[in-house]
Amino acid sequence: MELLWDIVISALLVIGGIFGFVGSLGLVKLPDPMTRLHAPTKSATLGVGAILIASMLWFATKQGHITLHELMVTVFIFLTAPITAHFISKANIFRDWPAETLPEPAGEGEWAVHQADADTSEGELAVKKETEAAREED
Amino acid sequence: MITYALIFAIACYSAALIFNLYRVIKSPGVTDRVLALDTMAVNAIAMIVLFGIWEGTALFFEASVLYAMTGFVATVAFAKFILRGDIIE
Repeated sequence: MELLWDIVISALLVIGGIFGFVGSLGLVKLPDPMTRLHAPTKSATLGVGAILIASMLWFATKQGHITLHELMVTVFIFLTAPITAHFISKANIFRDWPAETLPEPAGEGEWAVHQADADTSEGELAVKKETEAAREED
Repeated sequence: MITYALIFAIACYSAALIFNLYRVIKSPGVTDRVLALDTMAVNAIAMIVLFGIWEGTALFFEASVLYAMTGFVATVAFAKFILRGDIIE
């Protein structure tokens, strides 16, 4: 039983190490910013998740106290990684992609990233007017 | 056996952190820098946890939790600043 746990923990550590390494290697090697976004947000997240699970199993089997801290960190990282990826890609569209080069979005209107950047005060005014109109309708 | 796996994982994450540092210092755009800093925070969590296993103490959990939270908030604040020029509007 001891040996089995050793094998499982070692395998998780090695898998986590490889995935973390590949994620950061992709950050350096891949050609353009949007593809570079893939490597750390997916691969590195999985690597850190494997390391954290290995740590949890190690403390449960070697020291005999079961902790759920690592599971909490794992869940937190798995929840926040897509959000940060989304935010960074949005900032990337805002900086490097003019509105003409983007494909037409579904439905009416334009891309949300480019909508309010022309004049922020005007955009805020429009939002305020809309909310006031909605309030009057109520 | 776990010792060797641990050394391997620590070596992998050390190399990963060096790649991240290279990307922070020498990068083609500001979004890449933000992404590299975010990845650095995530890799630092892994390093802290690995060091905890190496030392055999459960003392470093709180540090990793704090790193996870501040890393996320910092990345969102950076991205928001690039997008709007302001963090809390």
